[in-house]
Amino acid sequence: MEIREKVDVCVVGAGHAGCEAALACARLGLETVIFTVSLDSVAMMPCNPNIGGTSKGHLVRELDALGGEMGKNIDKTFIQSKMLNRSKGPAVHSLRAQADKAEYSRSMRMVLENQDHLTLKQAEVCDLLWKEEKKGSCFEKKITGVKIFTGAVYECQAVILCTGTYLRARCLCGESINHTGPGGLQSATYLTDSLNRLGVELRRFKTGTPARLDKRSIDFTKMEEQPGDERIVPFSFSTDPDSVQKEQVSCWLTYTNEKTHEIIRENLDRSPLYAGIIEGTGPRYCPSIEDKVVKFAEKERHQVFIEPEGNFTNEMYVGGMSSSLPEDVQLAMYRTVPGLEKCKIVRNAYAIEYDCINARELYPTLEFKKVKGLYSGGQFNGSSGYEEAACQGLIAGINAAMSIFGREPLILDRSESYIGVLIDDLVTKDNREPYRMMTSRAEYRLLLRQDNADLRLREKGYQAGLISEEEYRALLEKKKKIEEEILRLKNTFVGAGKEVQEFLASRGSSSLKTAASLSELICRPELSYDILAPLDPDRLPLSEAVIEQVEIEIKYEGYILRQKRQVEQYKKLEKKIIPTSIDYDEIPSLRIEARQKLKLFRPISVGQASRISGVSPADISVLLVYLEKCEKKSEKKKENYG
Amino acid sequence: MGKEDTIAAIATGMTDSGIGIIRISGERAIEVGDTLFCTSLGKHILKKAESHKMYYGYAVKDNSEVMDEVMAVVMRAPRSFTGEDTVEIQCHGGVFVMQKILSEALSAGARLAQPGEFTKRAFLNGKIDLTRAEAVMDVIQSQNDLSLSISADQLKGNLYHKIRHMRNDIISETAFIESALDDPEHISLEGYPEKLKKKVMELIDEISRLIFTADNGKLIKEGIHTVIVGKPNVGKSSLMNLLVGEERAIVTNIAGTTRDILQETVRLGNFNFHITDTAGIHETDDRVEQIGVERAKEYAKKADLILYIVDVSLPLDERDREILKVIKNRKVIVLLNKSDLKAVLTEGEVKKFILENIKGQLPSDEKLYFINTSSKSRDWLTSFENMVKEMFFQGEIKMNRELMITNLRHKEGLQEALQSLEYVKKSIESKMPEDFYSIDLMSAYSSLGRIIGEEVDDDLVEEIFSRFCMGK
Repeated sequence: MEIREKVDVCVVGAGHAGCEAALACARLGLETVIFTVSLDSVAMMPCNPNIGGTSKGHLVRELDALGGEMGKNIDKTFIQSKMLNRSKGPAVHSLRAQADKAEYSRSMRMVLENQDHLTLKQAEVCDLLWKEEKKGSCFEKKITGVKIFTGAVYECQAVILCTGTYLRARCLCGESINHTGPGGLQSATYLTDSLNRLGVELRRFKTGTPARLDKRSIDFTKMEEQPGDERIVPFSFSTDPDSVQKEQVSCWLTYTNEKTHEIIRENLDRSPLYAGIIEGTGPRYCPSIEDKVVKFAEKERHQVFIEPEGNFTNEMYVGGMSSSLPEDVQLAMYRTVPGLEKCKIVRNAYAIEYDCINARELYPTLEFKKVKGLYSGGQFNGSSGYEEAACQGLIAGINAAMSIFGREPLILDRSESYIGVLIDDLVTKDNREPYRMMTSRAEYRLLLRQDNADLRLREKGYQAGLISEEEYRALLEKKKKIEEEILRLKNTFVGAGKEVQEFLASRGSSSLKTAASLSELICRPELSYDILAPLDPDRLPLSEAVIEQVEIEIKYEGYILRQKRQVEQYKKLEKKIIPTSIDYDEIPSLRIEARQKLKLFRPISVGQASRISGVSPADISVLLVYLEKCEKKSEKKKENYG
Repeated sequence: MGKEDTIAAIATGMTDSGIGIIRISGERAIEVGDTLFCTSLGKHILKKAESHKMYYGYAVKDNSEVMDEVMAVVMRAPRSFTGEDTVEIQCHGGVFVMQKILSEALSAGARLAQPGEFTKRAFLNGKIDLTRAEAVMDVIQSQNDLSLSISADQLKGNLYHKIRHMRNDIISETAFIESALDDPEHISLEGYPEKLKKKVMELIDEISRLIFTADNGKLIKEGIHTVIVGKPNVGKSSLMNLLVGEERAIVTNIAGTTRDILQETVRLGNFNFHITDTAGIHETDDRVEQIGVERAKEYAKKADLILYIVDVSLPLDERDREILKVIKNRKVIVLLNKSDLKAVLTEGEVKKFILENIKGQLPSDEKLYFINTSSKSRDWLTSFENMVKEMFFQGEIKMNRELMITNLRHKEGLQEALQSLEYVKKSIESKMPEDFYSIDLMSAYSSLGRIIGEEVDDDLVEEIFSRFCMGK
C-alpha cells in the first residue's frame, strides 16, 4: 500500500540552505521533514573549508541575529578565526573562520537530529504535487506535497527547494565527465521534469573547486604563515567570547608564477570551459585559475592559499586555484608553485554543472510567484556560497511558516541588511552567473556593519519567534548600555588643565583651547575610547561589544548621519507599493521594454521596479505619475462618497 | 488616461509670420479638425486620413466660407507630441487668420488650451521626461529672449551633457574604490587618495562655476528687483516715468507726493527690471506717509539693485544719511540727477559723503557706480544698461553663451553635490579609510542625477504636478 504521510513543511535538500529552512520551520512548531540523497552529507562543505570572509561574514552574523544556526555551528567547530580588513573602516571588517569540515557537518546533523518537530529522511524527491484553485477569475497553483523515489507521498502545506548543485549535476575534470553531485555523491535527476511540468523554467550554472593535496607532500617553509587572530571574535551573538579562545591552526600563502601560467595557457584547449563542453555560466568573482590567467593576463602572479580541511585529516585545500583542466595538467600546474613542487593530489579539482532557476520567478519572500506554497533557497536560486545559501534558507523557512500561520512575511530591505541586498538582487536583477555577495553590492554598508547585525535584526528574529526571550532581553540591555554610554561621553567634559594637555601631548594629540567633551576627543583619529581611560575615572566596566558600538557611533557620527539620509531617500520609493492588481497595459506611455520587464518581474514597490534592468528613470516617472493619478482619483471618489 | 477633453491653440507665435500652426489635441481632435478642414473638392476626409500625412485643402467656416488655404496633418495617438490624437492645421501666418481658424476649432468642440497644457499632456502620457517637461515650463514662463534661449539650451541638453559628464567621472572613481575593496589582490589603492583628491577638486571648481551662474540666471529669468530711493522731491518719480515710458507716479514739486509704493516691470536691453518707486525717505509726522517710508526700507532690503537718487542742486543732509543706512551692503547705482537749478554737488563730493558714512559696508569688493541722469533725456539709459551688465554679469552676458543655471531645483542639486564633494575632500585630508569616500561620492552622484532625471526624484514629480495645477 502507498505510504501517505501528513506534515506541514517538506524541505528538499540538507545543505546549508535546507538546514536553516528546516530548523526555522521546526523551531516555529511546524511538523517538518528534510530530505537528502545522503544523510552523511548534511551541511557538507564541498568547496572551501571556511565560513565568512568579506561581506559573507556579514551574512552569517545577520543570519545569527535572526535566529539561524550557521554562526553557532561554526563557533563550535572552527580551527582558525580572523577578522579581515582591520586596517580599513568598520564597514568592511569581516569575520572569517576556517572550519573543521567533518566536524561542522557532524555537529549540524546532530542539531537537526535533536530538533523537535524535525525528521531527517534519506530519499530523493522526484515529484512535486499541486492542485489548481480558483482565485477570482483565474486559477492559482498551490503546492500539496512531494513524492519520493519509492512512491511514498508526503502531503504538506509548503515545500522549500534547496537542491544546491545536485539537480542533474555533472562533474567535469578535463575530458572525464561524471554524472554525479559534488564529491562523487548521487545527483538528483527527476525533479527537473516535475518542475518543468509546474511551469518553472530551469537553466544551467556551473561552479568549480580546486584540488585537495596531501599535507605531507607540501613544503611549508617556502610559504608565508597566516596565523589566526590573537583575540577571537565569535560569529554568534549568543556565543560567549571567552568560550571560543583556543589553539588555532595556520593557513599558508604562496603564489603562482609565469611557469604556472604557461602550462595553463598551453592546455587551455583541454579545459572543458574553453573547449565549449561546459554549458553553464560560472561565477565571475570566484574564477577558476584558467579564467584568472586569461582575464588578468598582465599579472605575473596570483595568490594561492593552502588551508587545512580539518584537524583529523591531512587534506589541504588549494584556495585560488580551482580548475576544470585534466588531471595531468592540474598536477603539472600545481607543482610549479613554490612549496608544492612535490605535491600529491588527494582529490582532483573539478567543475560542476547543475540546474537552477532564474530567481525573478520568486517574490522577495522566496515564494514562487506562480505556485503558492512553493519556496526555494540557495544555489538552486542561482547564488553561490554557503553563507548566501544559508540566509536564503532561513528567510524561505520563516516565510513558509509565516504564510502557514497567516502572519506578515519577513522581507528585509537593502537599507537594513546584506540579506536584503542579496535577495533583492536575486529576485530583481538579471543574474547571468552564480551570485556572490560582495561588499560593493551593499549601498548603505556603513549602517550594515557586521558588528551591529544584532542591533539591526534581533528584534525581527524575536518577532518571528526564533530568538529566545533571554537572547532578546540581552539585546535590549546592550542597546540601553550603548545609548547611556554615548550620552555620558557627550556630557562628560575635561578641562584644558595641565595634566590633560600633557596627556594629549603624550598621545600625539593637539592641546585643548577650552574644555571638551570626551566624545569630542574620541572623534580624533589618534585617540580612542581605551586610550582615554586615564581622563575618564567614572567609567563603568562595559563589554567589548558595547564599547565597540559606542566608539563607532561617536567616531563616524557624521558619515553615519549622511548615510541615514541616503536611506531616507531610498525608502521614499520603497514605500510606494505597486498594487498587485496593476495592469501595465493600461499605462500606454511605458516603453515596450519596460512594460515587458515589469510584467515579467511584477515588482512589489516602485523602488524594486527602479532596479530592474531595462526600466529607466523615465519609466519610473511615468509609473509614479500613473500611481499618483490613481491615488488622486480614489481620493476624489472617497470625497464624493464620504 | 487619454480621456481628457480636446484642446486647441495657436502653436506658433502671436505675430504675423509666414506660416502659422493651429494645434488641436485630444480625443475629439480629429472630429474637430474634420469640421473645419476640407479638400479643394469640398470633401471632409480627416477622419479617414492617413496618420502623419499632409493634406492640402481649405479651412472653412460653417462649411461654406473659406477662411484660408491650408495644409492639414493628422497624428494618431500615441504617435504625437502629446501622445493623443492630434490635428495640426498650417495656415498663412497672419494673426487674424490664425485667430479665426482657432475660434472655429473652439466652436467645433475644442477648448482653448491653457499655457503649457500640450506639454502637460505630453508629460502625463510619458512622451517627455520630467526634466524636459521642466525646461518646457521654463520656456513658457520665461519673460525675455535671453531667458528663453537659456531654457532652450537646457532643453537641448547642454546642462544634461555637462552633468552627465561629471556623473561619469564620479561613478568611475567609485567603481574603482569598490572593486579594490572586493578584489584587493588584483587592484591596489596605493597612492590613490591623492589622485582622487585632484579629481574631486576639479569637480568642485566646475560645480562652483555652475552655481555662480545660477544667481545670474535667476536675475535673467526673473528680472532684477530694483528699488528707487532718495529724499523727497529729488525727481524719483520723474525718472521712474522715464524708465516706464508712461506717467504713472503723480509728479509734483510738493515733497511727499508719492505716498504709496509704485511697481512697474520695465524691459531695458536684455534685462527685465521690476522697479519699485518708494516714498521719499525722511522722518515724517504724516501717518500715511510713515507707512510708506517703512515699506520703502523693507523693499530696499530685498532688492537686487538700489538706485539712489541725489539731486545735485540740493546739498546732502541728515535725510541722506538716513538713506545710506538702507543702502549699505547692497548693490547701488547713484543717480546724480540734474534739475533745472544750479548744481551744488559734484560726483567727488557725493562719493566722499557716502564712503565716510558707510565705510566698509558696501557690497564686498564693489566699487561705487555713478551716473549723471536727467528726466528730460533718455541718453543715459544705454550707459545705465552697461553699468548693470558690469555689476551683475561681469559685462559679458550676451556674448557669453556659457551654460547658465536658471532653475532653483537645479541650483539646489548642485549645491548638494558640492557639499558632498567637500566632504570627500575632507575625508581624504583626514586620511579616512578609502571605503568612506564612496558614501559622499555616491551622494554627489545622486544629487547630480536628480537634476537631469537620471535618478528618480519623487519630489520633482510632485512639484511638476503642482506646477501643472493638477490638483483635484
